[in-house]
Amino acid sequence: MSDHEPDHNPHVAHHYETEKQQFESGKLGMWVFLVTEILLFGGLFCWYAIYRANHPEVFIYASRYLDKVLGGINTIILICSSLTMAWAVRAAQMGNNKLVVRMILVTLLCACGFLGIKAVEYNHKLNAGLTPGRHYAPRHEEQAGADPAVVDPASAAGDANPPVAPPDDDKSLIAPAARGPEGLNLGEEKAQGEQVPDNVALFFSIYWVMTGLHGLHVLAGMGVMIWLLLRAKRGEFGPHNFLAVDCGALYWHVVDLVWIFLFPLLYLID
Amino acid sequence: MTTSLPVEHGAEPTGTEDNYLTCDRGIKSWIFTLDHKRIGVMYLIFTMGSFLLGGVFALLLRTELLTPQKTIMDADTYNQMFTLHGAVMVFLFIIPGIPAAMGNFVLPIMLGAKDMAFPRLNLASLYLYVLGAVFAVLAIAMGGVDTGWTFYTPYSTETNTAVIPMTIGAFILGFSSVFTGINFIVTVQKLRPKGMTWFKMPLMLWSLYATAIIQILATPVLGITLLLLIIERALGVGIFDPALGGDPVLYQHFFWFYSHPAVYIMILPAMGIISEIISPFSRKHIFGYTFIAFSSIAIALLSFLVWGHHMFTSTQSPLASTIFSALTFSVAIPSAVKVFNWLATMFRGRLVLKTPMLWVLGFIFLFGIGGLTGLFLGALATDIHVHDTYFVVAHFHYTMFGGPVMAMMGGLFYWWPKFFGRMYKENWGRLSALLVFTGFNLTFFPQFIMGIRGMPRRYFNYPEKFEIFHQLSTIGSYVLAFGFLVVFFTLVHSLFRGKKAPANPWGSATLEWRCPSPPPHENFIEPPLVTDPYDFSILEYDEASDCYHLKPSAKLAEDGEVA
Repeated sequence: MSDHEPDHNPHVAHHYETEKQQFESGKLGMWVFLVTEILLFGGLFCWYAIYRANHPEVFIYASRYLDKVLGGINTIILICSSLTMAWAVRAAQMGNNKLVVRMILVTLLCACGFLGIKAVEYNHKLNAGLTPGRHYAPRHEEQAGADPAVVDPASAAGDANPPVAPPDDDKSLIAPAARGPEGLNLGEEKAQGEQVPDNVALFFSIYWVMTGLHGLHVLAGMGVMIWLLLRAKRGEFGPHNFLAVDCGALYWHVVDLVWIFLFPLLYLID
Repeated sequence: MTTSLPVEHGAEPTGTEDNYLTCDRGIKSWIFTLDHKRIGVMYLIFTMGSFLLGGVFALLLRTELLTPQKTIMDADTYNQMFTLHGAVMVFLFIIPGIPAAMGNFVLPIMLGAKDMAFPRLNLASLYLYVLGAVFAVLAIAMGGVDTGWTFYTPYSTETNTAVIPMTIGAFILGFSSVFTGINFIVTVQKLRPKGMTWFKMPLMLWSLYATAIIQILATPVLGITLLLLIIERALGVGIFDPALGGDPVLYQHFFWFYSHPAVYIMILPAMGIISEIISPFSRKHIFGYTFIAFSSIAIALLSFLVWGHHMFTSTQSPLASTIFSALTFSVAIPSAVKVFNWLATMFRGRLVLKTPMLWVLGFIFLFGIGGLTGLFLGALATDIHVHDTYFVVAHFHYTMFGGPVMAMMGGLFYWWPKFFGRMYKENWGRLSALLVFTGFNLTFFPQFIMGIRGMPRRYFNYPEKFEIFHQLSTIGSYVLAFGFLVVFFTLVHSLFRGKKAPANPWGSATLEWRCPSPPPHENFIEPPLVTDPYDFSILEYDEASDCYHLKPSAKLAEDGEVA
């Protein structure tokens, strides 16, 4: 306590005694923050779990309309970006700011690629009318007739001639499942796997909200990376000052982790 | 150290003369301050402003209920008034009230730290609070909300009132609360100075730590719930809409998963304040320190397991209800541990019946009633009978008002000399505590009787037979309001006319009383000696300055320890 050198260390804020204390506080704070992120998504996963238990047939049926290939590519992209981000942390620890810049750039590129592919997917869904809740108005029904399960969803979405007239958003093309509270109890529905189950829109509500919130987190992560990039360009990071990169990377890994759960839960059901 | 320190600190601007209020001037020095004390003071002003707003709504409600028919407003306005009263009081006043306003101020000082771990995050939390409040005011300006503060679906997705601004406001306030929680946890874990072990921490810090655990674990779930409600309302995704396969009761589960722990965000720091005040004002070491400390943690953990008791009548399975009922009773154990330990602290103590202690006694009495009536509601059979009646209203006002508000007022009078360096008129303070206590019981005790006899909550009209109870209750609310006016004038008067406060007017042994009143910018002129926070034998009374000092022998011990 008697030595006041830490006060003169430019990296240590006035209310910390030592560099170690500051570093550990920052790390702990970040972890606690990430706990709140997990709980934020936890609410959504809970929603998913309850509705999947209530309506398993909806999930089996509707997940066929997601593109496994694009989703898989996105998963690989995100996992790679986690690697480059971890590499950036190592580079910051070594004080190699140039490498930090390069690694963050690659990570940023991966993030852009992820969002780009996501945009393509979203576009398919929009064109196919696979929008959430009361906006759900699948166009393939008109095109492919009675047996949508046979239609390859990706090609159906891609090949379908986009209709000239914009859809009437207020009226769902599928008759609303006016089953009241009984709609929640669909035990007997499982037997009729071939038919279009009721409440398919639910799946797309979950799909849009969960991937949408995840996408927002990717965007936020990109913001953090740009900030880190600028700081690395100024050569700020070194063995005594890499907390920011470290925390940014932790955040990015959580964003990655959420996707790693989202991918199988949404895309790989059937 | 002993030779170098005074010299170094003498050279700094934060000498004995300057304090956190005077070391920097101008409006900018407040808006951009990173000092936890200033942030705490700003929080105090904002939460008290919200308290006033929510209180005005409450008075309007009570005035409307003077007669069985329409008195001053129509039924729709009445619905909006009780919604706004609840939303403002819960989200803007009582949740941030003790942790963000008082906790911000006292936590680092009690710990012996210079500031919170993340001062910028702390300021961001204040900004978010203000932003959330702006949305809430916007919702009021856009015609208010009439869903009740719980925003239950499906009504909240169908009503034409300003649900979206209000829920966005609550969503943002949630993040403000999360940021405060992160700061508390990290500060307590990492910024404890040498000698400040977990079990030398004042109990207030244990309470705030437990509060922070709830804040970070529960609030994000409220965030996502409100977000889903907003998405549902704006886009109609059908999550809570049975016509689309959704389930409106899921909203209740999500909502109470946060909002039940949230009542412990309110009560835990209040209990911390009680532990802080009761020991010095009984001139006796706190009884059962470890039990009180761990009961805070136990309450925090149990609080996550009882949300279903809000839903006994909401299609929950009887088995789930039974389990939730049993778990609910188990919360009574750590709560009772605290109450009995406080009583044991007072037992054979020398009670000093000054203003803070009067609020504390009021707290124990009212919280006792609130807690015991909670058992009626936790029991399945009686809950079915009194569910959604005035019995519930009375119960949660006894716990939420009789608990946190009484404690917050006690804390305000206890730390006021430390916050602003002024002593208030003792007798005025005592009078205000007495008025609030009387007014409170007059307001809410009749509501228990009404509730048992079947008066449902949130009703605009009522049968004649309840008129007398409603009138008593309304008169009580006026007494209550008058009591708070006295509080206000006592405190404001002290700012201008009050005697200068000494460093330690009450003879407390926690660290915040070792630094001058008000504290300097970095809290301590020299690093404080960490002692048992409830050992008063190290203090001696100085009659000349009417204040307490560390005994010279204690100071010697400090030098010895350092050497």
